[in-house]
Amino acid sequence: MNNPDTHSGVTNAKLGVWLFLASEIMLFATLFTSYIVLRMASTSWPWGWDVLNVPLATLNTVILISSSVTIVMAYAKAYDKDKAGFQKWMAATILLSLGFLVVKAFEYGAEFKLGIGPHTSVFYAIYFTMTGLHGIHILGGIAVNAGLLYMSSVDEHWANPLFLGRVEGAGLYWHFVDIVWIFLFPALYLL
Amino acid sequence: MGKYGWSLPVAASSYAGKIDFGIWLIHAAMLGIFVLWGTFFVYLLVKFRARPGHNAVREDHDDTPARISVPDSISKFPFAQMLYKNKGELKSLIPDMVIMTFEVALIVFYAIPVWSSIKASVPEVKDPIRVEIVSEQFGWNIHYAGPDGKLGPRKMELTHFSNPIGLDVAHADSADDVVMGNEMRLPVDRTVVIDLLSKDVIHSFFIPEFRLKQDAVPGLNIPMWVTPTKTGKFEITCAQLCGFAHSLMRGDVHVQTQEEFDAWYKSRLATIPASAQPTNPAEEF
Amino acid sequence: MAHDEHAHGGHELSFMERYVFSVDHKVIGLQYLITSFIFLLVGFALMGLMRWQLAFPGTPIPFFGGLFPSDLAPNGVMSGEFYNSLGAMHGTIMVFLGVVPLAVGAYGNYVLPLQIGAPDMAFPRMNMMSYWTYLPGGILMLASFLMPGGAAQSGWTSYPPLSIINPGQTVWLLSMVILITSSLLGAINFLVTTINMRAPGMSLWRLPVFVWAQFVTSVLLLLAFPPLEAASVLQLMDRVFHTSFYLPKDLVILGQAYAGSGGGQPLLWQHLFWFLAHPEVYVLVLPPMGIVAEIIANNTRKPLHGYKTMVFSMIAIGLMSFMVWAHHMFISGMSASLSNFFLVTTMIISVPSVALMTCLVFSLKGGSIRFNVPMLFALAFIPLFAIGGLTGLPLGLTVTDIYLHDTYYVIGHFHFVVVSGSIIALMGGTYYWFPKWYGRKMNDTLGRIHFWGTTTTMVGIFLPMLFMGLGGASRRLYDPTAQLHNLPVQGWNVVATYSAYLLALFQIPFIYNFFNSMWNGEKTPENPWQATTLEWACPSPPPHGNFEKTPTVYRGPYEYSVPGRKTDFWMQTDKN
Repeated sequence: MNNPDTHSGVTNAKLGVWLFLASEIMLFATLFTSYIVLRMASTSWPWGWDVLNVPLATLNTVILISSSVTIVMAYAKAYDKDKAGFQKWMAATILLSLGFLVVKAFEYGAEFKLGIGPHTSVFYAIYFTMTGLHGIHILGGIAVNAGLLYMSSVDEHWANPLFLGRVEGAGLYWHFVDIVWIFLFPALYLL
Repeated sequence: MGKYGWSLPVAASSYAGKIDFGIWLIHAAMLGIFVLWGTFFVYLLVKFRARPGHNAVREDHDDTPARISVPDSISKFPFAQMLYKNKGELKSLIPDMVIMTFEVALIVFYAIPVWSSIKASVPEVKDPIRVEIVSEQFGWNIHYAGPDGKLGPRKMELTHFSNPIGLDVAHADSADDVVMGNEMRLPVDRTVVIDLLSKDVIHSFFIPEFRLKQDAVPGLNIPMWVTPTKTGKFEITCAQLCGFAHSLMRGDVHVQTQEEFDAWYKSRLATIPASAQPTNPAEEF
Repeated sequence: MAHDEHAHGGHELSFMERYVFSVDHKVIGLQYLITSFIFLLVGFALMGLMRWQLAFPGTPIPFFGGLFPSDLAPNGVMSGEFYNSLGAMHGTIMVFLGVVPLAVGAYGNYVLPLQIGAPDMAFPRMNMMSYWTYLPGGILMLASFLMPGGAAQSGWTSYPPLSIINPGQTVWLLSMVILITSSLLGAINFLVTTINMRAPGMSLWRLPVFVWAQFVTSVLLLLAFPPLEAASVLQLMDRVFHTSFYLPKDLVILGQAYAGSGGGQPLLWQHLFWFLAHPEVYVLVLPPMGIVAEIIANNTRKPLHGYKTMVFSMIAIGLMSFMVWAHHMFISGMSASLSNFFLVTTMIISVPSVALMTCLVFSLKGGSIRFNVPMLFALAFIPLFAIGGLTGLPLGLTVTDIYLHDTYYVIGHFHFVVVSGSIIALMGGTYYWFPKWYGRKMNDTLGRIHFWGTTTTMVGIFLPMLFMGLGGASRRLYDPTAQLHNLPVQGWNVVATYSAYLLALFQIPFIYNFFNSMWNGEKTPENPWQATTLEWACPSPPPHGNFEKTPTVYRGPYEYSVPGRKTDFWMQTDKN
């Protein structure tokens, strides 16, 4: 099956990840659209920086962007067949993403302590829903990355020619999760 | 309408005729299309049925387009060539063109102008009857503005079983207002301008004889209007699923002469002593 | 990933691996087939109960009335809440658990890889996961009848605020999220398979129409379902965490002020819902149309008229279907000028739809038409689906929709489309591909009884609905006779109800025929219909891996009656 006429030139796994990301874009685009509609129609809408913790969110932005760099490094090491290097950078990625979640938990905790929750107003409703859903995506990414970290320690998987493709897929997904945050941060905190 | 009625009910509003025109026109067209195509379809089935000595014949364009030779006159124009080579296929677009033309005519000359006059705007009439309809599970509250043409303000905290719409009776605009439950009266041939609201879920205000239908959405104030043209009693019904008693959500609209209507309105005003309203309803709420 | 999945062709598969947790697209296809037919029967049974109440409101349901707990059906008479549950679940089950899994999960899974000459789907394990999320999602949906308060009661459209305050909705939303996940897994798999797994020589213009239909459908599923998933998450938040995405301020529900922040938009849900649900209509329609095209090409013994026109039409429908959603909302209270926009897009989308139908009819011209059972179903699809399509016209036109919206006319319209259109075609597909699945043929006489009984009783159900709608009868009424304007058309309800029960009877020969033919049917060769497409170039049933060696494709899919050849069909795999 190497007829160029019938092949896209992209591996199944990569094509699959891209299609999955297309559906994810539709998911978050819907939420952003809902956010715009609700905000346009509302009579009062707080400024994000008045009610949310901008410094913590900025810290989280830095953390996530760094993790995008580390996962690219992990991919580069996997490409070079440098197992130790891959494991180091992948572990760093996972630690950074856990750090993101810890910071997020502090943010949520402070809000809950004040009695603020999704029910407080439509602003908080969309804030908790979107950041929560994003958090779930982070958790999913951590699971995938941890899985790859474990697989790299098993020789059979590490030697598998498809391993690199899997790292690439995970990297694509992780970049997507970062980009969603890049949109979420200004939409909720700064605008 | 007999026991097995299958036709439109009587038309009793100024725009009912316009809507019926569209319904009948489209159905005539649909029937025409269906009968024409149906006849053609049956003809094809009979003529081309498999039988001994009869073989399928391919169409010209079933061969590769490359093999179809193009007249010299269009040999310089690639697009024209493409159309020419695929002309066998393009024939199947002819019925489309016919239907398309019909649809464009319907949109331009019928749907958009009539829709604008019914739904997108309220006609400028002198002295319309002003009504606010507040729907709830499972009934219609019809709030008349009265002779002053001003609806008394409503306050959510005044809502009470005796005052389902929370009308602020103390307000001057409310003095000549009348609130009815599931009973609407309208004078014939006068335009009524209605604000449609809902207290809880989405309802849909539907009077089949008026060809009037509009969803009532909580949080929105949706304007609509109608000019009844026939006296008589018609049914108000809810056309949007609104809960377990949805089918019981109904009311009556009585279209009367102006005199009958005025007399009725006066009698309603007399029966509502201001003292019957809770004086400090907030506590009772 | 595709290649290592086949590694375990070497060892003996256990029963569980072979029939339950199978990664073979053919087994998964048949799992989908049986499951979705069962769900169709369940959805049909719910409708049978409702039809009794509609025809004879307030009388006890015969035979089954006593089986229901007294809060659902006191003294065997169904309650308003139970009626609404049945209505919501009938729609949900039929659409999301019946027709879509049947059209895509079953036929797509079984036939698509065969038609493109692939050994399996691109991601066999993901394919298995798709089925094993669909089934629990479906069971959870059914189980919601057992929850306190019963199943969802707000229609399959679940308009808030009603859906926020009604019981049962939380389970509905959860199982919808699960079902959407299953659809997404399937859609990705179909797209990658079609793009990457084609046999050598299988260029895009050599794909059978059915594959194109599945491809466009998968794009719709992939892009239209996530918005509903997001919308469902928001509704779930409203129900579970008391947010107010869909709730405005100052709601008073049955005399009680609703505690909530307010500030939400009830119409937002409708926009998001129909943004999915209109493409969904084409998900319900395109694969059956592909099946009809396959059967017609095969049984007229000539190429389809306008293969390219059909493909371009399907692509156009796919694109346009994302721009027509609000024609379901002309009287919802959205801006009246917005309605004009959606009126125009709706009329535009009718153009490719008419082109598709025209091509199917023109395909008969010049043919040598064999009237076997699959062909009967494919032929019946054309006029019956046409009624569905034509009755869409007055609903898509803003002005006439004012009166017809939310009446039985709407119900009649989309049942003509989905039931006597899609389901008829899907049944025809069963007769057509059964020899491939089991190497045996379904009984012809029983098939003809099933065909004539099914089509006539379907018309008996849905034609009266059009008359009732013109008479002004509203849909979703628990007791139609409670409203005076329904009384003149009530007789049609009785006609529709008895037709529905007859329709149920006529399914018995089908069910018997299906299971009996699996073991006792007449044995058939590899290519019993003398067809040209690739699925007929492998053994029946195909072994694991499908083709003994990867086939090479030499020509387009419908080379029938080529002059100068001995046989009237020229398979895609025949070199000369």
